[in-house]
Amino acid sequence: MGKWVVPVLVSLWLTGCGEQEWQTKDISGLMPPLEFTLTDEKGNTVDVESFRGEPTLLFFGFTHCPDVCPTTLARLGTAIKRLDDDTQEDMQVLFVSVDPARDDPETLKEYTDAFGPQFVGLTGDKEALDALTRRYRVTYGYGEKDDNGNYDVSHSSAVFAFNDLGEVRLLIRDSDPLEAVVADLERLADDT
Amino acid sequence: MSGDGGRAIDFEDALGYLLPWEFSLTWSAACLMAILLYLRGLRQRRLRGDATGVRRSVAYLLGVAATYVVTQTHYDYLAQYMFFTHRAQHLVLHHAAPFLIALAAPLPVLADGLPARIRHFPGKGLAVDLLSPLYRLLQHPLIAPVLFVGLIYFWLIPEIHFDAMLSADLYQVMNWSMALDGLLFWWLILDRRTPQQGGLGYGKRIAILLAVIPPQILLGAYIAFSREVIFDVYEVCGRAWPLDPLDDQRLGGLITWVPATMMSAIGVLIILSFLFRDARNEDLARANHPVQ
Repeated sequence: MGKWVVPVLVSLWLTGCGEQEWQTKDISGLMPPLEFTLTDEKGNTVDVESFRGEPTLLFFGFTHCPDVCPTTLARLGTAIKRLDDDTQEDMQVLFVSVDPARDDPETLKEYTDAFGPQFVGLTGDKEALDALTRRYRVTYGYGEKDDNGNYDVSHSSAVFAFNDLGEVRLLIRDSDPLEAVVADLERLADDT
Repeated sequence: MSGDGGRAIDFEDALGYLLPWEFSLTWSAACLMAILLYLRGLRQRRLRGDATGVRRSVAYLLGVAATYVVTQTHYDYLAQYMFFTHRAQHLVLHHAAPFLIALAAPLPVLADGLPARIRHFPGKGLAVDLLSPLYRLLQHPLIAPVLFVGLIYFWLIPEIHFDAMLSADLYQVMNWSMALDGLLFWWLILDRRTPQQGGLGYGKRIAILLAVIPPQILLGAYIAFSREVIFDVYEVCGRAWPLDPLDDQRLGGLITWVPATMMSAIGVLIILSFLFRDARNEDLARANHPVQ
């Protein structure tokens, strides 16, 4: 059943609007504009004002993440490198660590630098993280510690995309093809 | 930190779990009204000298309380961020709680609980006239089971499930539709009226209960035995704790499959007890008024 339901729904949804369509999931209006108060890679408290004016991608993860985070961030890096030079420079990716116990500012800086200059590491205390995750209807949780003190962290695998006004536009999933992500990032850069 | 401080925090945490994750006026008001009306009705009846079965009252209050717990406490958080806890929430909303409420046959008590002003409001006849064709349609013995199973399938279509879990509004629509359909279905099945009094025939009730079993087994087994993650929304939004996605899905499939279909079996047993009760009553009536 799932084979035809998706194409039918998508085509129904596409016939609804005339404009060029987003290729990843459009969540415009479903969620509130970007807003947070977190700690940056230098240990300073920053809020959304420091990031206004450019298209912004938001991703939740942790630096000890074995698979989802590095894969997703590397894919975003690849997609961004396919954009034209100006757009590449404007794009900013906020990597919000939901594991502040292990991810201090230095660790975050080292981690995000590996993916490109657009990547910025942020984190915060439980209150700040809860406020931001709840705002976008996502969550996170911690597994049991093993003998070495390592533990797993559950987190959202989605990338939330905001235009330069901080309005929410897209939810990009692991399953979205790279071409679709590149096309949407291009469009996001023009979206005001 | 002093021991007292620790205890205070624990207490606060515990209290936090009882508070709604996302407060909803509709769920809170509906549950509160359902309880208050019922308690008021019980008091009115006691003042009048009418007896109300304790077991019935307990079943009713338990059903309403269970609905409240899965929608308006911290449990709702788990239901939003884990597949198997979500399936358990729907098991309560669609199967267990409405089953208990319908089994209690609470209408007479609720009617007694209504303030007289509302009981005799002028538009009542018109409202009944307008709604009864729709009600009869939904309670048709062929439509009710299709609706019952259809809703479970509908909200588990992966794309629709994704949107329902992501959008706060659609999430409420989903849960309300499950609760209301559950009430309609079990109301039809556990109707205390005998077929002679206008209730659905016992054979038909049993047939409906048996008919909804195979599609639920099929869906539950399909989810439980799937080797791929069918519902990626829990990945996308993050899980309440790190649980293997396939384990989560298997548990969810089993909940959709086993307890859900067991409710049908319990339903059949209750219908049989109705049948024996009616037969006993007929025998008694015949013994008291022997045919000349």
